[in-house]
Amino acid sequence: MKVLVAVKRVIDYNVKIRVKPDHSDVDLTNVKMAMNPFCEIAVEEAVRLKEKGVATEIVAVTIGPKAAQEQLRTALALGADRAIHVETDERVESLGAAKALAKLVEEEQPGLVILGKQAIDSDNNQTGQMLAALTGLPQGTFASAVNVEGDKVQVTREVDGGLQTVELTLPAIVTTDLRLNEPRYAKLPDIMKAKKKPLDVKSPADLGISVGSRVKLLKVEPPAERQGGVKVGSVDELVDKLKNEAKVL
Amino acid sequence: MTEQVERDSIEFDVVIVGAGPSGLAAACRLMQQANAAEQELTVCVVEKGSEVGAHILSGAVFEPRALAELFPDWEERGAPLTTPATRDEVYLLKDAEKALTLPNALVPKSMHNTGGDMPRYVISAGNLCRWLAEQAEGLGVEIFPGFAAQEAIVEEGVVKGLLIGDMGVGADGEPKDSYMPGMELRARYTLFAEGARGHIGKRLIEAYDLAEGKDPQHYGIGLKELWDIPAEQHEPGLVLHGSGWPLDKNTHGGWFLYHADNQQVVVGLIMDLSYQNPWLSPFDEFQRMKHHPVLAKHLEGGKRVAYGARAIVKGGLNCLPKMTFPGGLLIGCDAGTLNFAKIKGLHTAMKSGLVAAEAVFEAIAGGDEGGQELTAFTEKWEASWAYAELKESASFGPAIHKYGTLGGGAYNFVNQLLGGKLPNVHDTTPDHAALKPAAEFEKIDYPKPDGKLSFDKLSSVFLSNTNHEEDQPCHLRLADPELPIRDNLPEYAEPASRYCPAGVYEVVEDDDGKPRFQINFQNCVHCKTCDIKDPAQNITWVAPEGGGGPNYPNM
Repeated sequence: MKVLVAVKRVIDYNVKIRVKPDHSDVDLTNVKMAMNPFCEIAVEEAVRLKEKGVATEIVAVTIGPKAAQEQLRTALALGADRAIHVETDERVESLGAAKALAKLVEEEQPGLVILGKQAIDSDNNQTGQMLAALTGLPQGTFASAVNVEGDKVQVTREVDGGLQTVELTLPAIVTTDLRLNEPRYAKLPDIMKAKKKPLDVKSPADLGISVGSRVKLLKVEPPAERQGGVKVGSVDELVDKLKNEAKVL
Repeated sequence: MTEQVERDSIEFDVVIVGAGPSGLAAACRLMQQANAAEQELTVCVVEKGSEVGAHILSGAVFEPRALAELFPDWEERGAPLTTPATRDEVYLLKDAEKALTLPNALVPKSMHNTGGDMPRYVISAGNLCRWLAEQAEGLGVEIFPGFAAQEAIVEEGVVKGLLIGDMGVGADGEPKDSYMPGMELRARYTLFAEGARGHIGKRLIEAYDLAEGKDPQHYGIGLKELWDIPAEQHEPGLVLHGSGWPLDKNTHGGWFLYHADNQQVVVGLIMDLSYQNPWLSPFDEFQRMKHHPVLAKHLEGGKRVAYGARAIVKGGLNCLPKMTFPGGLLIGCDAGTLNFAKIKGLHTAMKSGLVAAEAVFEAIAGGDEGGQELTAFTEKWEASWAYAELKESASFGPAIHKYGTLGGGAYNFVNQLLGGKLPNVHDTTPDHAALKPAAEFEKIDYPKPDGKLSFDKLSSVFLSNTNHEEDQPCHLRLADPELPIRDNLPEYAEPASRYCPAGVYEVVEDDDGKPRFQINFQNCVHCKTCDIKDPAQNITWVAPEGGGGPNYPNM
């Protein structure tokens, strides 16, 4: 079975987000970028499926600027067999990504598509669901366990009330939650080998789609700075402040 | 545990530890020579930072001499040297309000950044390294960020390569699910370019007695911030240096403030680690320094965007260890090639890398199987302009230690007029031994940060984007865990909590009211100050899991 894994290049989770002085967007100049952590979990799950003999080929896909090939190389180092880069310098939104992936699903005919449930840059949590809608394939979102048996996949989902297990007929779409697995580190020899693994570059036009944004970004504001606290001398003072200053009582 | 593990091993011709200016310059030069000679050569660079540049912190005003030797066409290649230094200002701060401007004629000529035969540039050393890494990869070098060299492989007295640290080891020392044993990277020659007080370099200097006959090495701690400032205050290329207040007459150091491009200013303080008063806090000195009108007028109305700190090695030629040993070389600040008289180290570090690459390639091209001591390096190095620079300024730092900022400055001024003919001055007290008991001084009451020009430590560390996987063994090793509370606390009021610029060390009260020494290693910005300044030399800095540490942007 072929597994298609989508990965996204995002600002590294360790980096403090800064807004550009003109508030036009988040400042990405000289900022460390990395693979979205949920996508790392998706890659790890695919690699585990291959190690179990369930998957036979792993294809990693990304949609984004040239630099996003770095993240594809990471996926290849972690165990993907080949990669497809849909190159665009446009700001790609969930729908654009889903449309590109839908075309690739058509071309590649994977048995399973694994995506992160959301990307930590815009936190949309949409691409997997949109892809399911566009392709008409069944979806199992927020997976904390994935079990493939024959032509079915059982997906345990983390829902508000607890865990829900659904069974989907393959081919299917799965999006990963945090607790699905703990991703491995790439090994140094595998990073070297990854440089030689095949990586196809396509344009959105090659796929016959446009990934242009439908949402206009008007302004980005950092959260208001936290005000320093004060130490109160007595309970009476606290009550007084809550009542008259904070006006919450 | 490490002994029973089966380790993968890869062989290269040359392995380089550290993707900084010297390591990357060496890597580029090696491949340039190999490509020119159409000879196959495998060169690998390992870097403990999560990406190249993540752990690089420097002023910096850059003299492109070594860069131009490496890439004469650096401009066409898009090297990030965009802001030529246009104007020098040098100040002596008298107190919190007053300052003297020093006329150029009275400033040692090594500190002039404008005029002369070569333009200097206000740069980000991190971005220079990112660019050098691209050039190196283009030439065929393998660069591996996120892999921390843990120790040198030494067999029968010969350095044979290095061992990468294990990944995925829990705080209890036991392997986790993600455990991955570190690999062996074996090489004919291994170049150590870890920067100041490299943790492997330190052990090699001891093991091979490389510092024999030299003065003890001297260090400073450099703290730096990056500011976005209002357009009307911005003068790209303006270079300010100063000394005096807030440091007292027994504490040496100086500050810098450079106007870079993109409406940004960098400001920093370098404080010699030979200071005596254990109550001193370099971080707090730096914070209050920014309130001086001379500095504040550049920063007011601006916003601080990045913070970091790093020890610098500044002993100069008197302290420069032997740089060769069987199978490898120590280059750049790992050895101590910084020219303190110029307050610059990037150009000499790069030059040491170039010379190393030439010596190594010559040996390998001549059929050398590796493991030799490259004495040819020493000859080439001592014939280089970088060595000549260090020779001329050998007394610069020691004179300041010995005669104070003014007296030492005068010595240096006269000595440079005479072309370095005054008798050499030495400082033979190691920095850690310079610390005096806390009882001899009054506790320093630092002003509270105002949140506009000055800030507290934790909000500063936050801006260094520092992170370490929490579930891993602490990488700050105490030889004697009881010593900080038993000896350092009563004698020196445990200075670690003050010299550490990242809030790693704290003395906290236990539930039973007893003091306890706490190490918040996750905050560590890898500056190495603790390894240098602990009066008992009880703290050893070792590399944490690869990828941990600060994530500096353009520092």
